[in-house]
Amino acid sequence: MMDVAITVNGKRRKAQVEPRTLLVHFLREHLNLTGTHIGCDTTQCGACTILIDGQAVKSCTVFAVQADGCEVTTIEGLATNGELHPMQKGFWEEHGLQCGFCTPGMIMAGVHLLNQNPSPTERQIREGISGNLCRCTGYQHIVNAIQHAANKG
Amino acid sequence: MPSTPVLPKLVGERVKRREDPRLIQGRGTFVDDVKIVGMQHIAFKRADIAHGRIVSIDTSAAEAMDGVEAVFTGAAIAQHLGPMPIGTPFPSPPHYAVAIDTVRYAGEAVAVVVAADRYLARDAADAIVVTYDSLPAVVDPELAMTGKPVVIHPDFPNNLAVALVPSGTGVSADGKTVDDSAVDKAFAEADVVISQRMFNHRLVPNAMEGRGVVAHFEPGKGTMTIWSSTQNPHILRSMIAAMTGLGQDQVRAIAPDVGGGFGAKINIYAEEYVAATISKRLGIPVKWIEDRSEAFVATTHGRDIIGYVDLAAKRDGKVIGLKLRLIADIGAYNMLLTAAIPTLTMLMANATYDIPAIRTTLTEVFTNKTPTDAYRGAGRPEATYFVERAMDMLARELKMDPAELRRRNFIASDRFPFQTQMGAVYDSGDYEKALDMALEKCGWEALKKERDAARAQGRLVGLGLAMYVEVCGIGPSASLPTGGWEHSQVTVERDGRISATTGASPHGQGNETTFAQMLADQFGVPMDHISILHGDTAVVKQGIGTFGSRSQAVGGTALHMAGGKVKTKMAKFAAALLEAHEDDIVFENGTITVKGAPARGKAFSEVAAFAYVPVPLPQGLEPGLSDEAFFEPTNNTYPFGCHISMLEIDRETGEPTLLKLVAVDDAGHLINPTIVEGQIHGGLAQGIGQAMIEEAVYNEDGQLLTGSFMDYAMPRAIDFPRFELHSTVTPTPVNPLGAKGVGEAGTLGSTPCIVAAAVDALSEFGVKHIDMMLRPEKLWRIINGGRA
Repeated sequence: MMDVAITVNGKRRKAQVEPRTLLVHFLREHLNLTGTHIGCDTTQCGACTILIDGQAVKSCTVFAVQADGCEVTTIEGLATNGELHPMQKGFWEEHGLQCGFCTPGMIMAGVHLLNQNPSPTERQIREGISGNLCRCTGYQHIVNAIQHAANKG
Repeated sequence: MPSTPVLPKLVGERVKRREDPRLIQGRGTFVDDVKIVGMQHIAFKRADIAHGRIVSIDTSAAEAMDGVEAVFTGAAIAQHLGPMPIGTPFPSPPHYAVAIDTVRYAGEAVAVVVAADRYLARDAADAIVVTYDSLPAVVDPELAMTGKPVVIHPDFPNNLAVALVPSGTGVSADGKTVDDSAVDKAFAEADVVISQRMFNHRLVPNAMEGRGVVAHFEPGKGTMTIWSSTQNPHILRSMIAAMTGLGQDQVRAIAPDVGGGFGAKINIYAEEYVAATISKRLGIPVKWIEDRSEAFVATTHGRDIIGYVDLAAKRDGKVIGLKLRLIADIGAYNMLLTAAIPTLTMLMANATYDIPAIRTTLTEVFTNKTPTDAYRGAGRPEATYFVERAMDMLARELKMDPAELRRRNFIASDRFPFQTQMGAVYDSGDYEKALDMALEKCGWEALKKERDAARAQGRLVGLGLAMYVEVCGIGPSASLPTGGWEHSQVTVERDGRISATTGASPHGQGNETTFAQMLADQFGVPMDHISILHGDTAVVKQGIGTFGSRSQAVGGTALHMAGGKVKTKMAKFAAALLEAHEDDIVFENGTITVKGAPARGKAFSEVAAFAYVPVPLPQGLEPGLSDEAFFEPTNNTYPFGCHISMLEIDRETGEPTLLKLVAVDDAGHLINPTIVEGQIHGGLAQGIGQAMIEEAVYNEDGQLLTGSFMDYAMPRAIDFPRFELHSTVTPTPVNPLGAKGVGEAGTLGSTPCIVAAAVDALSEFGVKHIDMMLRPEKLWRIINGGRA
């Protein structure tokens, strides 16, 4: 077992974990932050996307011990003082989700995208979220949602 | 009476979804989010060969691991769990949840581990050693039909699961006598016959949430609660009860937030039965969560059907006969609805056309692959694809505009209800209107000029058009072993809020929103005073589930009927309170008033409170405001539409790019157009995915080569242009809402219109048909002189 101390959504969390514990399992099983989902086992789907020190990362491909000392933001930590993040609002306003399973990862990828490029073209949005799979929406309303956030953010 | 703001009508409006606040904040509850004290984790050991006899299973290393609660082989499970039932009336070989002596596809479960955590459960499953006596595998259904090289189930010679079922013109109602004379005559009188073998290939449904189950048998109470990522918790409850020896009153099934289904979560699976059985046997809660690599082999696949299509026509384009010989590769076993899916392909062979003579025959074949079952569209995209491809080939043969050819063959709008050759009664339709709108909105003539201009520059650009009609709102009880009704209970609570249950169990369809829109209008109350409850059989007393594009047309109607009953009763209470006749009671803006005397009224909540403390009790009334309805539809609904695409193929690499997709869909009356558009977008993405990039590929040993997202091409945002959607509205007479259903529509028109565009793009090479998917290599070979 190894000690880790990770700041998650602004709170410092200490735990003992097996070295092989994936960060996504640490978040879900140890911290009960179940908003981060697992949609595959090969780092393709992006449902587990979170921010580590501001960078979008697929948390199924990071060991918890690798995040030791890092700042992690999950979907649960995106709203501030009860106010939805502009990306969350965009997804709600533009019907950017159906079943909602890919949504937390898609939103985090969208946040990262706009951090990098606050006014992306549609093409840039489509490229920017191509590390995230959605089986419900055909992506069009997700693109609209990110555009909405870009315009309002 | 207090003055109240005027409430807008919500049905037909673009209301934002009420599901979203929890889902965009990570506050949903999916099955893997369910935790119970004392819960143990299940992992399966699965066959890594496609066909073989189990010689031995050594579980000793797994059992010796600290924290492993139990290990079960198939034989051990079978002591508590019989072979799994199916839901179709076809013969079926025994199918055990965990294989006992023979495995018949790679991925079939051979042993189960129960352990304290999921990593340990996986480790223990990996420590089980299984030795097999390998048998030959067969993956080609047309080879399997010869009985070579192997018969998979001894009681099914030549691997025929369902052999040569005829349907169509001249087939008696019982299917026993077949008169081919009309079909033969049509082909004898034809000027042109189009004949083509087509393959509608195998797909992996891939809902983003895999399957999962938590089973919690409570020995003290003798009851079972089972959470599952399922489309139909009530069917799950019935099946789990039957298979675990419990009564339906002793089983509570819960579909929490469900991360997509697409048909693959209709089936009740081995893992659900096994989890329930183990929980009951050990008296502890257990959880199983499917890995994606498991999902690729252990969750049912879709499509995989060969169609031999012959189309007979006159020189003027009038189609006079159709023959469709279908061979469905259903994989290794019959699942819940497996055998019925290709029968829907037969049912819809008439497509949107008045074809006077049709013969379809169906053969279903076992192979050593993952079993198939419903996948979005389920039989209807296959029919659409076969018929529309043949129509496109005919248009090309006759050098006729594909739109004009369709126009000459449509079932005219004044002929509905229309009895098809296949036994369907199309409820309503106006196909020409949908075609006209599609042509106008896409600018068909201008697009042709654009295409021709591109070609003049040496680019390979093509246009494709397809019509579709599908069967939705499934369906009358005669068509489903579970019954085809849907159920709802509506309750006006004591405080004037409304709770309503629905047996339609959503997994992305947004019924919490659309159903609340309906009740808000029906009762004249704000939508945020209404809760829509679903997915829990302890709360939702009865139900069938969500599939076959039925939740609005059937479930929505049940809700509307139950609401109507409660409203009628509430009007009686209001009439007593207001000393008016119940026929004069008006529900609007959160008040209940008397017609013509709006000042005489009560707040909605006051009437509700009175109904629960009715002093004095109005004569003939029981207290309370709660009632239920079962809606049994008299027919299915038949939505339709027209899809048009423009596609370019890179002359150097063969890579196709979809430039444009215009869809006109007619689903009858729409409750929430934004949600409908989302449904169509999603269907289009799956249809386009099938046509262009998705394919489940097996090697000859029965190994799935496309067994992960690294190998199976799931569509990404970058793969699509912006879809252009339009709609016509032809209400159905089958239900009072006039709503037909739209969940699967996008998968129907998209595949044939894209393949038609690819064939058009490559027309200079003389190609007449290309089987999906449009792999660049295949197109490159056509461009470079070889045929795909």
